[in-house]
Amino acid sequence: MDWTSWVISTVSRALAFGVPLLWGTLGEIYAERAGVVNLGVEGMMILGAFMAFAVTQSVGSPGLGLFCAAMVGGVAALVHAFLTVTLRANQYVAGLALSMFGLGLAGLLGRGWEGKPLSSTLPYLTVPGLSRIPVLGPMLFQDQTVLTYIGLVLAVLLWILLFRTRWGVAIRSVGENPATADALGINVTLVRYLCVVFGGLLAGVGGGYLSVAYRPAWTEGMTAGMGWIVIALTIFAAWDPLQAIWGAFFFGALYHLSYRLQAFLAPELLKLMPYFFAVVVLAASGFGRARWRRRAPAALGVPYVRGER
Amino acid sequence: MKRLGPFVLEPRLAPSRAAVLGVSLGAVILALLLASVVFYGYGRNPWQAYVQIGRGVFGSWPSFSEVLRRAIPLILCGVGLTLAFKAQFWNIGAEGQLLAGAVAATGVALFLPVPEVWRLPLMFLSGFLAGGIWAVLPALLRVKFAVNDVISTLMLNYIMIYIVEWLVHGPWKGPTMRGFAYTDAFPMSARLSYLPQTRVHWLTLALGIGAALVAAVLLARTRFGYEVRVVGQSTEAARYAGINFTAVFALVMLLSGGLAGLAGVGEVAGIHWRLRSPAHISMGYGYTAIIVAWLARGSPLAAIFTALLFGLIFAAGDYMKTALNLPFQITGVFNGLILFCLISFDILMFWRVRLSKREKAWIGQAGSSAR
Repeated sequence: MDWTSWVISTVSRALAFGVPLLWGTLGEIYAERAGVVNLGVEGMMILGAFMAFAVTQSVGSPGLGLFCAAMVGGVAALVHAFLTVTLRANQYVAGLALSMFGLGLAGLLGRGWEGKPLSSTLPYLTVPGLSRIPVLGPMLFQDQTVLTYIGLVLAVLLWILLFRTRWGVAIRSVGENPATADALGINVTLVRYLCVVFGGLLAGVGGGYLSVAYRPAWTEGMTAGMGWIVIALTIFAAWDPLQAIWGAFFFGALYHLSYRLQAFLAPELLKLMPYFFAVVVLAASGFGRARWRRRAPAALGVPYVRGER
Repeated sequence: MKRLGPFVLEPRLAPSRAAVLGVSLGAVILALLLASVVFYGYGRNPWQAYVQIGRGVFGSWPSFSEVLRRAIPLILCGVGLTLAFKAQFWNIGAEGQLLAGAVAATGVALFLPVPEVWRLPLMFLSGFLAGGIWAVLPALLRVKFAVNDVISTLMLNYIMIYIVEWLVHGPWKGPTMRGFAYTDAFPMSARLSYLPQTRVHWLTLALGIGAALVAAVLLARTRFGYEVRVVGQSTEAARYAGINFTAVFALVMLLSGGLAGLAGVGEVAGIHWRLRSPAHISMGYGYTAIIVAWLARGSPLAAIFTALLFGLIFAAGDYMKTALNLPFQITGVFNGLILFCLISFDILMFWRVRLSKREKAWIGQAGSSAR
């Protein structure tokens, strides 16, 4: 195979595999910008993956499946918001509980659905006109689902919302200094709830994409740690929706290459690549001058109680 | 102070022992009630199911011993995690550290030419070191490269899972095992002996209880324990006290990961007698140990008892699978629910509930009780 077609197909598949990572990361960025870490992404994604598959298989509509995936992700995130914002539980432990619960519940519910191919999947598109551009066309405008493009547009819109609007100022101030935000009349609890639930909606869609588009089938544990990669990507992207695009693309490429390179290396060793690189990338970006860029929202992980400092 | 009908809620700074115990127990009971829904979903009466499970698990010594058997890795990992959590180091990597121990022990059992009497001690030693090194890595990454400890420990879990998969499918695949992804079986000198009529490998159990005692003394009575507690409570205070963060994190993680490594040695030398797929060796002990440590509220001795509780849940899961034909994934749902209830009840420990008569608030009276 000549190398141009190899590069083209790799870029195209990296983009497709980056979709669940991009959606999940965009959601987690919003939750963390408002000051709430949600380690439950893995659980929300797997619940979304199962829900999307089950609904699509029963009703025959991948769109409705993805909608329900978003809903189940949102409900799971609502639980997290209630525990961490209202009950002020430890955010790390609450998120871990959500992941354990989600993995267990999806495994339990999904037992009868295992191994059945999905009858109607999310269609792969060929963008008319643009797909005929040499090189770029097949890279970007063929064999992608609509979620690739919505995800990219969403990243831009969310960046604008976060850095160019009053709402964005409200979200960021809640994550940086909730007491001041409160004094300015911003409803800290409401902002945190909204951001966490929004994150859950996106994580649910990201999981749903896996089961109705990328590998149209249901297998237990099919998210295989992508939810944790999302947490790493959020840090790597410096809580910036636009940078999440590059991160998701890079890790999408790693996931894709772990299948692609099996002729050269044992598949098990290839599969550990994304996790290995997640550590390496975080270590590299935490080294020396890059460190200042990666400052987390100041109130991240800290519950807010009015009148306490 | 808040008023709820005839009750008055007063905040308290440090929860009493009774409050901690009562609230934790209440959380576990609520979780079991919530889990009843799952039994309904499978068309079974939850009460009958619980009674049947109770009879099944406590019915005989061999079946009850499965609780102990399941608790062994949970005690070792749980005690290790209480140490790490005391220093506010989020070690989510006990799963990978356990597997690292299992790999090292397998290496010694199958490939190291040593006198037979030395084989088991060397397996435990190498398992401790392997688990410890796998845990020191994230400590150094956090101190030197500001890498978030939750992420690094989690990623190292996945890396170790795939390393084990690679070993059992590739270089260590046993020539006598034909199609299966196993290593060869361990020689007799590398197998642990059981308590009669059980699969309780008592040596590992003893190590776990010993580790809990040592950890308790270490935390309460030594300079190192003091430093761990200071680092955990306030990094600022620790910096003023001149505590060496790198040393404290590295040492606490060496112990934490080392104990998880011992658990891994126990599983391969006591139960499987070979290295095989990670899902069979661990079944999520490393993750469950997080709940064990959380429920123990940072006390290594309490971790023995909380580990027994989760040993019971695992044993009940086995029983449900065989006798009630329910999937084993139920244990994951149970564990998640228990953790949910625990953390949502936490806030209750910091309130004291008292019965009091409502007083009339006079105009001008300072600090009226009915707000």
